[in-house]
Amino acid sequence: MKAFLEVSASKENLDQVIGFISECLEAVQCPFKQKMQLEVAAEEIFVNIASYAYDSATGRAEIEFSCEDDAVSITFADRGAAFDPLGKEDPDISLSAEERKIGGLGIFMVKKTMDNVTYRRENDRNILTIIKKIK
Amino acid sequence: MTIKKTKEGSSLIVTVEGRLDTTTSPELSKELDNSLDNINKLIFDFSKLEYISSSGLRVLLSAQKAMRSRGSMTVKNVPEMIMEIFEITGFTDILTIE
Repeated sequence: MKAFLEVSASKENLDQVIGFISECLEAVQCPFKQKMQLEVAAEEIFVNIASYAYDSATGRAEIEFSCEDDAVSITFADRGAAFDPLGKEDPDISLSAEERKIGGLGIFMVKKTMDNVTYRRENDRNILTIIKKIK
Repeated sequence: MTIKKTKEGSSLIVTVEGRLDTTTSPELSKELDNSLDNINKLIFDFSKLEYISSSGLRVLLSAQKAMRSRGSMTVKNVPEMIMEIFEITGFTDILTIE
């Protein structure tokens, strides 16, 4: 199964993005737990793009969903400034509440819950792909 | 997301139902900002929480920090899927989970 969505990279479109991912996952009968993890990953990545990819004018974000042999693959692409979210240092999760910083958790969760996460810069586009086995 | 607040003396029980995401987390944050005065025991009931992303975790971390000087914060009835997110992110060490 394959599906595609293009939206303006704005946080207001998060519900539309998650709705799209959710429908796709239901169509491929994704189990509940994996569905939540994939939705969380999609949210973290889309919100990241909406927050950092474009400076002032809002650009577009493209989301491509595919599922083959029980492996879900979701690719996010934008034409914003080159940015590899995977290059960021992981947050120190052993720190106490007082010492913990607010940021960095989103992408960390993506890395921990997905089977594979890759970033590439191609034709002035940031392309981030997540893959997860769902069964 | 639905937020239900029950106050018993200086204890506040906050029941969060549905999805705690980038869109809904600011609402919970605001609710907490307006309700922690004179509270020394904050309890979250997550039995009906279906989803949490990093934005929801941030609200919990802020609440935990806010309650440190006031008293205690407890999280109870955490569904298995949400617990797994707490484990991955080290929140099981930060939060008091019952």
